Amino acid sequence: MTAMQIFFLIVGLIILGSALMVVTTGNLIHAALWLIVTLFGVAVLYAILNASFLAVVQVVVYIGAIAILFIFAVMLTHKEMRDRGPQLNNGWWLNAVIALLTFGGLFWMLRSWNGFLKSAADLPASYDGVAQLGRALISPDAFVLPFEVASVLLLAALVGAVYIAFNRK
Amino acid sequence: MIPLSWYLILSAALFSIGLFGVLSRKNAVAILLGIELMLNAVNINLVSFWRYGDVAQMAGQVFAIIVFAVAASEVAVGLALVISVYRRRNTVIADELDLMKW
Repeated sequence: MTAMQIFFLIVGLIILGSALMVVTTGNLIHAALWLIVTLFGVAVLYAILNASFLAVVQVVVYIGAIAILFIFAVMLTHKEMRDRGPQLNNGWWLNAVIALLTFGGLFWMLRSWNGFLKSAADLPASYDGVAQLGRALISPDAFVLPFEVASVLLLAALVGAVYIAFNRK
Repeated sequence: MIPLSWYLILSAALFSIGLFGVLSRKNAVAILLGIELMLNAVNINLVSFWRYGDVAQMAGQVFAIIVFAVAASEVAVGLALVISVYRRRNTVIADELDLMKW
C-alpha cells in the first residue's frame, strides 16, 4: 500500500464519518459545521485527482457560500428546533435499509463493469488542466452554451430567491 | 496508485448517506443538507471519470462546474422557501407543511 493510498483512505474515512454526523447529529448548527468538514474532504479528493481549479472552487463556492448560507438559514429558523425531540422520522430504520440497498445495488452494478479496477494514466508532462478547462468552457465547439445557460440559471435563482424571501410588510 | 474503484465506492457510500439524510430528517434545512451530500457524491464520480478516462476531454470537469452552479441556485431558492414558510407558518418541520396534501 503506497502513501497515496493511505492518504486516500484517511480522507475517505473523514468524508464518510463527517457525512454520517451531518445526517444524524441533533443540533443543526453542528450538522452544518460537519458539512464543511465533508466538503473540505471532497476538495482534497479533487486535489488528489489533479483537478486543481475544482478544488479551489469547492472551497470558495461550497464552503464559502453554500455552507455559510446554511448556517444563516439555521440561525434564522432554529428557534423551536432545539428541543423538539428526535430529529429523525419514526421510520428511519426503513430509510437506512433503503440507503444500504442503494449502496449494495450500486456496488453490485459497478463490480460487474470491466473498467472498475482501472488505474489512471500519468498526465502528459506539459499538461495544463486549468487552461484546457477555460478553453473548453468558452469554446463554441465545446461547452459555451451550457456555460451561458448556467449563468442564466444563476441569475434566475438570484431573482427568485430575493422574490420568495422578501418580506412584504 | 489509487484504483478507480475506490473513488466509485466512496462516492456510492456518500450518496447513500445523503439519501438516508433526505429520507429520514424532519427539518427542511437538514433535508437540503442531505441533497448537498448527494450532489457532492455525483461530483466525485464526474471528476474521477475525467481523470481515469481521456484527460484531453474536459467534459467531466465542465459538468462538475455546472453541478456547482445548479447546487448554488438550488440552495439559494430552497433556503428562501424555507425562510418564507417559517415566516408564515412558524415551522420548518417537513411533516407539518401539509398545505398541499389532500
